[in-house]
Amino acid sequence: MSEILIKNGFVFDPLNNINGEKMDIAVKNGKIVEKVSSKAKIIDASNMIVMPGGVDIHSHIAGSKVNAGRILRPEDHIKDFEVKTKVTRSGVGYSVPSTFTTGYRYARMGYTTVFEPATPPLKTRHTHEELRDIPIIDKGCFPLLGNNWFIMEYLKEGKLDECAAYVSWLLNAVKGYAIKIVNPGGTEAWGWGKGIAHLDEEVPYFNVTPREIVRWLCKINNILNLPHPIHVHTNNLGKPGNYITTIETMDAVKDLAKDGKISIHVTHVQFNGFAGTSWLNLTSGAPEIADYINKNTHVEIDIGQITFSDTTTMTADGPFQYILYLLSREKWINSDVEAETGAGVVPFRYKKSNYVNAIQWGIGLELALLINDPWKIHMTTDHPNGGPFTHYPKVIAWLMSKKAREKTINKINKNAKRRLDLPDIDREYTLYEVAIITRAATAKSLGLKNKGHLGVGADADIAIYDLNYRKINPSKDYRLIKKAFKYAAYTIKNGEIVSRNGEIITSQRGKIYWVNSKVTDDLQEAMLNNLKTKFEDYYTIKMENYIINEGYLRDSFMLNVQSEV
Amino acid sequence: MKVKLITGRSLQQGVGKEAGKFSQEYFNNVAICELDPNDMEALNISPGENVMVKTKFGEVVLKAVKSAHSPHKGIIFIPYGPWANLVIDPETHGSGMPNFKGIEAEVFPAKGEKILTLIEVLEKISGGK
Amino acid sequence: MEETIHNVVCTVCGCCCDDLEVKIKDGRIVEVKNACAVSLSKFQNYNNEERIVKPMIKKNGEFKECSFEEAIKEASIILAESEYPLIYGLSLTTTEAISKAVELAEALGGVIDNTTSVCHGPSLIGVHDIGVVTCTLGEVKNRADLIIYWGSNPVFSHPRHLTRYTVFSKGKFRKERKERKLIVVDVRRTATAKMADIFIQVAPNQDYELLSALRMAIKGEEIYLDEVAGVPVNKIEELADLMVSCEFGILFFGLGLTMSLGKSRNIDAALSLVRDLNEKTKFLIMPMRGHYNVTGANEAIAWQTGYPFAVDFSQGYPRYNPGETTIIDILNRGECDAALIIGSDPAAHFPVSAIKHLTKIPVIIIDPHKNATTLISKVVIPTAITGIEAEGTVYRMDGVPLECKKLVEPPSGLKSDEEILTEILMSVKKLKGEEKLYE
Repeated sequence: MSEILIKNGFVFDPLNNINGEKMDIAVKNGKIVEKVSSKAKIIDASNMIVMPGGVDIHSHIAGSKVNAGRILRPEDHIKDFEVKTKVTRSGVGYSVPSTFTTGYRYARMGYTTVFEPATPPLKTRHTHEELRDIPIIDKGCFPLLGNNWFIMEYLKEGKLDECAAYVSWLLNAVKGYAIKIVNPGGTEAWGWGKGIAHLDEEVPYFNVTPREIVRWLCKINNILNLPHPIHVHTNNLGKPGNYITTIETMDAVKDLAKDGKISIHVTHVQFNGFAGTSWLNLTSGAPEIADYINKNTHVEIDIGQITFSDTTTMTADGPFQYILYLLSREKWINSDVEAETGAGVVPFRYKKSNYVNAIQWGIGLELALLINDPWKIHMTTDHPNGGPFTHYPKVIAWLMSKKAREKTINKINKNAKRRLDLPDIDREYTLYEVAIITRAATAKSLGLKNKGHLGVGADADIAIYDLNYRKINPSKDYRLIKKAFKYAAYTIKNGEIVSRNGEIITSQRGKIYWVNSKVTDDLQEAMLNNLKTKFEDYYTIKMENYIINEGYLRDSFMLNVQSEV
Repeated sequence: MKVKLITGRSLQQGVGKEAGKFSQEYFNNVAICELDPNDMEALNISPGENVMVKTKFGEVVLKAVKSAHSPHKGIIFIPYGPWANLVIDPETHGSGMPNFKGIEAEVFPAKGEKILTLIEVLEKISGGK
Repeated sequence: MEETIHNVVCTVCGCCCDDLEVKIKDGRIVEVKNACAVSLSKFQNYNNEERIVKPMIKKNGEFKECSFEEAIKEASIILAESEYPLIYGLSLTTTEAISKAVELAEALGGVIDNTTSVCHGPSLIGVHDIGVVTCTLGEVKNRADLIIYWGSNPVFSHPRHLTRYTVFSKGKFRKERKERKLIVVDVRRTATAKMADIFIQVAPNQDYELLSALRMAIKGEEIYLDEVAGVPVNKIEELADLMVSCEFGILFFGLGLTMSLGKSRNIDAALSLVRDLNEKTKFLIMPMRGHYNVTGANEAIAWQTGYPFAVDFSQGYPRYNPGETTIIDILNRGECDAALIIGSDPAAHFPVSAIKHLTKIPVIIIDPHKNATTLISKVVIPTAITGIEAEGTVYRMDGVPLECKKLVEPPSGLKSDEEILTEILMSVKKLKGEEKLYE
């Protein structure tokens, strides 16, 4: 394998406390090394910045609901296509790109690892088929467990260890990476066309509450020692006043933080940061949420920024997608999955002139700017819900430049502008902080020890951006920031240059990450004996056919974790 | 007699298809036309006799079968297959889908006429090639 | 030696029943349990006299047996020299093979279409217009108290649908037949209709009118007519009442809607009806997909190209325009100059005008059996049978993916569809001067 020496770049590597230092990075056999031989290919990175490859913690890139979005929207693709080249496949898609295009577009931006945050376990074979077809980047997926019948029944019966064994078995069976909870109990209620309004409302027929489900899975996450905390999309998403539910959900697992670690990742909080009692008096709940997070150590979030564009919303929150359909009267896909979860897809256009959309835009940025510790924040657009991931450069510019924000603030709905705190916030992110929220913190939160940094032994996943750190003033030169982050000057994946100034030079297959969780044999056996009969009662397929073999992933990366039971 | 032609799947067609497209079973199950018993009476044909179905797009001779799904006066049914192809409407109206169902047709008694074999059907289509 | 393989996925219809038990003795299948009549016929007959075991090339009107290398080479030359080749079929193979077919179509600058074009193409066009409110079949099994089959006769087309997933299934919240109501809407009193609690006979080509009347009725609007589409208005209102008052309803629709007058407009009406019903109760809808992996063909083609069928690569990127890029239209207009057919028999199922063009161009067929299309083909490449002699991923009609198994060895020398397509792809790339396969 080849050697590369990246010379004289300004390096931003927050996990190793390197903040814009001019230094060389050596690469050999896909890893960062101390030094390389004289035969190494030299990349002159003078006047450029060097960061670890981007790590996206929450982006809907693969699986049944993403594909439903593709099938729903030929009009999304027709305006945005890519012609095949000698090294790349063709593809389409503005907000829901086809698989090949997804991989190339991430790689061009300097991103090298992306997690699909919502896969129905029953359809995860489909998710893996798509992940196999996304080139270059490493990836993984989070199975949806917040409305799972078996889990709710174990919870009702108080069988914690057995339930932990079941979750462990399920992650193994479908080759998932983390526990995802979406509208706990609410998506099950939607199976009957109903909803759940607050944390202590009982799920029809199962007689457990969202609060109990979240706490239960948080405990199981601890028992199994999973690399990432529970990843939660809270109840009441998209409803005025929901910031209270958000804080309540965070607070529900405060006492479950293990050894001062994070016990909950709350996702795309922008959609859960609405204050006010109706669409008319909607305001930002970001200050309250930020205040809670600043005072506590057990919570982290990703923001789910909206970017004012036409996009395709998609979540496992079936009832929310229905509400969105009623609001927009756009076309609507709903897809409930037996004994597990659901999904909805609705096209949506966020407009600057729309009061609610403008408030939403403000909430996302306020969250990022009001939470003091960037390690608790991850940058996302909840692709494609807030906007396509290709809009990340725009988000970075807003975070780094008050002037960039002002330019947008002057175009948004006047009432929204008046009601937001955002115009008065002066904070501007540094490149070091941007490196935290786009790679270092995300890799750390995911427990990816070899990613998100450039220390010796790390994976040689590197982004080099053409941005003269010493000369630019991001606050003024936000256009240059946007330009630089759009196409990395070089993206190096697994020690190979894959993209150069926006052109894919060589393609490769990324790995699929999953956790190999283990419980004691006795516990597993007891659990499986009980599961077998019920499995056939609830599902329409055989248990054997639910299990995905490791070979199916083609390029599997197994992370071994040992549980406490 | 003027009728509406429906083509579609039948269990026997499915079974026959798996038995092989050149099998007698497939021929027996697919080269047929199901009619409403009252319509058969009006046409003066008995089950097992041949009928000719004519549409704007072609004609085909088939064995008449008494429909098990009557009454459906004025509707005839031919299972999907090479024989039905000869009389269906190829127009897709920009949808990609030809009209396989609800086609205006006429049906006549055709006692003496022969039902083509699959090979003969293809020869007829390709012009003897 | 004797062994029984359990939990075998059936590769016949869109039900993809995964509970077959197949007994194998000395490398041959001797018994199959849990199979329906069609499935059983497949297992009994797959090695009949119509099985092809040697590749063939037609020369001077006569088929000559040849080696696989020769057949692959001949096929690749035909495709590489063609200006606008067509790849078609794909609903009777794995998504792994379908992916290779997409790559081949892209490399050739041709068009790829699957059998959706002539079954539920209009349903997908309807989804582009309206969306779809749907679920997996287990939701129906567990919750449904009202089941409607419209223009579909599952007793014939999907023989175990009713027992495994709907009226006769046993679910968490519905245990018995009497807890569910079955309604059938069709132009004829079908075998399924005979099992129904209510049968509604709709006049041919008037489904759109009936669906529209139902949409009015569920909104409480007055219909100032005595009957619509041959159905008395009071009966329509009764049906609307049943739909609104059920707890969990589902409408399964078949080709009766997609193939008759109105086509995708019929589907728009059905999809809208069910969507509207969700303002009153829980209601879902699902197309009765025919072949065991026609759904997978849509899924795989969509994640690779953005579009579910009828994808044209002639401009170097995926283009989609049903009516233009769909196989019947391309054949009717006589546009393509070569065709690769895989797992399908268009010569047995297309209108005369379309078949006529196929008889004029070089056709390559990949199929385990002789069929009408093999007769008009230039190159015939026999293949292992998916789900019996080859494994891979298939998608049930509700999008649940399953892995079908290899149960026995294929006749000597036969490869899977995926392997054959990969070889053709490599050979085509070589001819076009592109050695490398994409990662």
